[in-house]
Amino acid sequence: MAVQALDAERLPIDWQKLALPAVLIAVAYGLIPTYASSYLVEAILLPFLALSLAAVGLNLLTGYCGQLSLGSSAFMAVGAFAAYNFNLRVEALPLVATMILAGISAAGIGILFGLPSLRLRGFYLAVSTLAAQFFVQWALTKFGWFSNDNPSGVISAPHLTVAGFSLDGPTGRYLLSVTMVIVLTGLVWRLVNSAIGRNFIAVRDNETAARVIGVPVLRTKLLAFAISSFIIGVAGVLWAFTYLRTVEPAGFNLDRSFQILFIIIIGGLASIRGAFLGAAFIVVFPLVLSRLGAFAFGGLFDSGVLDMSQRIVLGALIIIFLIAEPNGLSALFDRLKRRIGSRSS
Amino acid sequence: MIGASLGAAAYERAPEISRILAGAGPVEDTRRARLSAKADAILTLSGIGISFGGVTALSDVDLEVKSGEIRAVIGPNGAGKSSLINIISGLYHANHGTIAIDGQPFARVPANRLARLGVARTFQNLALFGGLSVRDNIASGRVHTRHTSFVEHIAGLPRARREDAVIAEKTDQIVVFLHLEAVADRLVATLPYGLQKRVELARALVAEPKILLLDEPMAGMTATEKAEMAGFVRAARDRHGVTIILIEHDIGVVMGLSDRVAVLDYGRKIADGTPAEVRADPAVIRAYIGTAEGEASDELL
Repeated sequence: MAVQALDAERLPIDWQKLALPAVLIAVAYGLIPTYASSYLVEAILLPFLALSLAAVGLNLLTGYCGQLSLGSSAFMAVGAFAAYNFNLRVEALPLVATMILAGISAAGIGILFGLPSLRLRGFYLAVSTLAAQFFVQWALTKFGWFSNDNPSGVISAPHLTVAGFSLDGPTGRYLLSVTMVIVLTGLVWRLVNSAIGRNFIAVRDNETAARVIGVPVLRTKLLAFAISSFIIGVAGVLWAFTYLRTVEPAGFNLDRSFQILFIIIIGGLASIRGAFLGAAFIVVFPLVLSRLGAFAFGGLFDSGVLDMSQRIVLGALIIIFLIAEPNGLSALFDRLKRRIGSRSS
Repeated sequence: MIGASLGAAAYERAPEISRILAGAGPVEDTRRARLSAKADAILTLSGIGISFGGVTALSDVDLEVKSGEIRAVIGPNGAGKSSLINIISGLYHANHGTIAIDGQPFARVPANRLARLGVARTFQNLALFGGLSVRDNIASGRVHTRHTSFVEHIAGLPRARREDAVIAEKTDQIVVFLHLEAVADRLVATLPYGLQKRVELARALVAEPKILLLDEPMAGMTATEKAEMAGFVRAARDRHGVTIILIEHDIGVVMGLSDRVAVLDYGRKIADGTPAEVRADPAVIRAYIGTAEGEASDELL
């Protein structure tokens, strides 16, 4: 009886919760493809989508399962190069299958480099995931096979077609990207709200207690590495095929791994929404900074100064976030919403 | 020093102390008789020894726990109580001796199979999952009964949903049993200390263990909270028939609650028996007063 009453009370709240995603989906499929300029799509939305997905993947591993990783960009590279090779070497492989296979390849590498997590924790684990970062970049440069013997290791995106429709234009690539992001994020959302997601959190919050109550700690950690790497791998495909169109192994360097880590720190650990807020911030922030800089200092604010000031401001922001708001933009967002809510009522 | 003179004074008052101990609370004799008649040991430790870097924490400790009893292990600070519970739960591995859980002998108890062996425990310092709600923390205590994969959970297949439903029902029962309804949906980290201790008990109980290990469940609690917790521990045994091994500092609580008490001192078992027998044991009085004088007399008086 009491339980039923509670459920009845909860229902309207659920509708409220569904309203925001519904609006977002309407914007994503209605407004943006119709009205967005190709500059907005190419320079902002496509990198935003790929980085958001990568951050969702890393958040699963680091935010939810507590395993610190500095190898995200390596898993993106594995995804991108695997997709390129599957597409090149398997006749008539559908694009979606290519992406899934690329994700599975990244998951395999993720499990391999996740093995140290069975013995190492925190900072030491982060250092061991650096091995993935350096090894993958080295292997992709060293062995020409991965880039079909391109002298500088560069791969180019193939023609993107799904069910006969060409998706090579900006809108087509945007639709492909946004669909993959929505589907995978939906699956991650289901996962983190399931018993498996709670196992992730249990391992993060108290590994000893988790082990004693029967959480399969080793399996849970490797699962987190596998799923996280799968998602980051697909994000790598989006990065290479829909955003940059031409990538080299050096494009997936340690800086990119840090960038994704900063996204989830700024956006909010263990929050899916945080991954999107953080990615939006990271993508839009340099553009805003360069406009502001040009406005304030004119010609003095060249690309060198921009790069430098970007690093300084970003570094300062991360320190501020870690001290003042460890739960990131996502928590800030919640607080803002509550304040607006309390004012209107 | 002050401690020593205090100890000496307390030693002179030993008869008085045992009188206080005796007044700690009656345990019905009929129940104890019934228990000893049903003398099947569910947990047996024999010759357990462990040392850390040359310091011996436990040596040659035997302990027999009968099914359905509340068995206390007491002793001054550093006597090896927590080491003992950590060995039983497989977090430490003993250098010597064997442990038999429900007839199965182990040299090293596998901690990751502990829940499936029917053993649940609480921790001296809280070991809850701060990022989960009270209900989810409690539900996690049944994780060892799950057999579904992440794919089934993402897809929401019937098997995963059924599993969730069974666990939700068991969780609700424990929430009601331990009066946690009002806080069930709150993040566990936001609860006061005493309630968090109770959530930990709930997480252990929801597993429906055969053996429940409680590592100082009342440490740091107020007198009211202690009495409440003692009530829950007794109710858990009476209602669910779980065997309880209790490590506790508060001697008053232990004597009132337990069927049999073992006393550790410097890693050795110095006494074992009913609360009345232990209370009268001169070695116990000496251990408590001679080694942890300040603390012991604080607790006794």
